[in-house]
Amino acid sequence: MDDFLVIEKVTKRFGAVRAVDCITLRIACGESFSLLGPSGCGKTTLLRMIAGFERPDEGRILLEGEDITTLPPERRPVNTVFQNYALFPHLSVEENIGFGLKMAGVERGEARQRVARMLELVKMQDQRAKRPAQLSGGQKQRVAIARALVNQPRVLLLDEPLAALDLKLRQHMLGELHAIHQEVGTTFIYVTHDQGEAISLSDRIAVLNAGRVEQVDTPARLYEAPGSHFVAAFVGDANFLPARVLEVRHEGYVRVACEELGNPLACTALPLSAGQQARLMVRPEKLLITRERPEAGERVNVWAGTITDVTYFGAYLRFVVQAGETALLVQMANNRFASSGTVPGRGERVYVSFHPEEARVVAADSQG
Amino acid sequence: MRRSVFPALVTLLVLVFLLSPLAVLVVNSFNASRFGGQWEGFTWQWYERLREADEVWAALVVTLKIAALSSVTAMVLGTLAAYALHRHRSWLQTAHGALVTVPLVMPDLLMGMSLLAFFVSTGVELGMTTIWIAHVTFCVSFVAMVVLGRLQDFDFTLLDAARDLGAPPWEAARRVLVPLLLPGILAGGLLAFTLSIDDYVITFFVSGPGTTTLPLRVASMMKGRNLPMINALSTLMIAGTFLLAALAFRLQRGRA
Ligand SMILES: Nc1ncnc2c1ncn2[C@@H]1O[C@H](COP(=O)(O)OP(=O)(O)OP(=O)(O)O)[C@@H](O)[C@H]1O
Ligand SMILES: [Mg+2]
Repeated sequence: MDDFLVIEKVTKRFGAVRAVDCITLRIACGESFSLLGPSGCGKTTLLRMIAGFERPDEGRILLEGEDITTLPPERRPVNTVFQNYALFPHLSVEENIGFGLKMAGVERGEARQRVARMLELVKMQDQRAKRPAQLSGGQKQRVAIARALVNQPRVLLLDEPLAALDLKLRQHMLGELHAIHQEVGTTFIYVTHDQGEAISLSDRIAVLNAGRVEQVDTPARLYEAPGSHFVAAFVGDANFLPARVLEVRHEGYVRVACEELGNPLACTALPLSAGQQARLMVRPEKLLITRERPEAGERVNVWAGTITDVTYFGAYLRFVVQAGETALLVQMANNRFASSGTVPGRGERVYVSFHPEEARVVAADSQG
Repeated sequence: MRRSVFPALVTLLVLVFLLSPLAVLVVNSFNASRFGGQWEGFTWQWYERLREADEVWAALVVTLKIAALSSVTAMVLGTLAAYALHRHRSWLQTAHGALVTVPLVMPDLLMGMSLLAFFVSTGVELGMTTIWIAHVTFCVSFVAMVVLGRLQDFDFTLLDAARDLGAPPWEAARRVLVPLLLPGILAGGLLAFTLSIDDYVITFFVSGPGTTTLPLRVASMMKGRNLPMINALSTLMIAGTFLLAALAFRLQRGRA
């Protein structure tokens, strides 16, 4: 069932600003769904409308077929993990988690059991009597999640829940969030501006830009087959080259003209026609650096260039290769050079090659 | 490191300045001399006379009643005013904010006279009620100011969180906003209480012939040259104040 939560042509204006501009999304039951986009693109506003803190100016929100657009937050089976946690400072961990049950009028004994189960889920059993001020950032985070899950909401909303944590803890909590989602099976809607978080946590991602949806897809498809320049640039790193469509072939292959870099063959999902302006997009790790020119049959697209910069990252290396006017970013795993012995250095003449399947032609007009 | 004697010296001077009048007062309350010029031996007699002075105790009861009533009223109204001032921005609230600060800066004399004029013109009989209303008018400002200070630090997403977890608006306010503002509300209430007990000028204008508060009573005793009894009464009040302060201090420590 793909119509579990439906956001239908929802618009929200703040004065002249269209914070959310006619967004339509369909989210399935049990899905882990992310709203990804740069700061100010309307993620929080959309989330607040789902939670009930804001009313849409236009459009409807349906949960399991029921119109909840005008329902106040306390009557929606939806709970939120707030960005700053918003734990009640005058209540203990246990009382914070039990707050929702108290409001729902759950009987004392049962409430205590459910709180205990939540404490166990987020591994906070020994901290039950503490006040929020006595907890670390990660612990507050866990309490906030437990508090939001205890009422068994139909949808859990998370607004940049990891933004306040340091990198190491963020990676750890990301794993835990994933595990919690696996265990409780609640529909998660996860707001973030960090593409790494969205990719590793979500079944599907909606990329938002200036209040509109750019693309809704699985993390892999967003990465491998971005529909627009904006998506390609926002999700992962990419090289973009201005390109003019020369010839559209069968099954989504196109040949484009990239000025001094020849006429490479690439893939696209767009309905292009010859003569159109577009952009060629190649991910840095799809490009291969070799000292000898590859056989024409092996790797169809080959460019010659000079290495202008090498950065060492441990598991991988990043090169900047100057090919004509274009600086190409190339990423290669460290072990790729094991057989040849040495890593190509600055100033060396090399060949950069890629398969047509590894390059995408995306629309040129999209801003970003 | 050489410790400077300057801070200690200043502290000592301030203490002497503040405490010596009180000390004279306390000593004189046990002085057999009627005018307190010099020491003429220890006596309890002023305290005994005070015990028999029914009109003083009646005035104390009236004062405490009015203080309790006005501080509770001011706590409620002041908190509501502070909330409105903090949450809503409009020309109306700007005017409201100005009005709330007026009693803080307006001379008591003016307040008293204008309130009297108001009560007379509306035909309200002067007495407990008018004193209560008058005290509330200035106490509200103090409570509102203290609570407003607390509200600056209040994180309003906590109310969103409470709503999100199923609390209707009033329930969210009762379980989250009020408990977190309570120290401020109580501090404001305590301030209002002491201000009300203390007030002479405004009360002088709006009290009827039948109602006398302690400050009014003490003033009339001054005219009657009843100085030693006032000393005794003041000593008791000092003791009471210190006791309350100590209690408040203990309570605060217990909470933190
Ligand atoms: N209450 C408000 N009043 C006026 N404008 C608002 C309000 N809330 C949001 N906006 C505007 O709406 C737009 C979207 O804001 P929103 O908070 O939804 O962005 P966001 O995607 O969550 O950004 P961030 O990643 O920085 O949190 C912004 O331009 C913001 O200035
Ligand atoms: Mg936001």
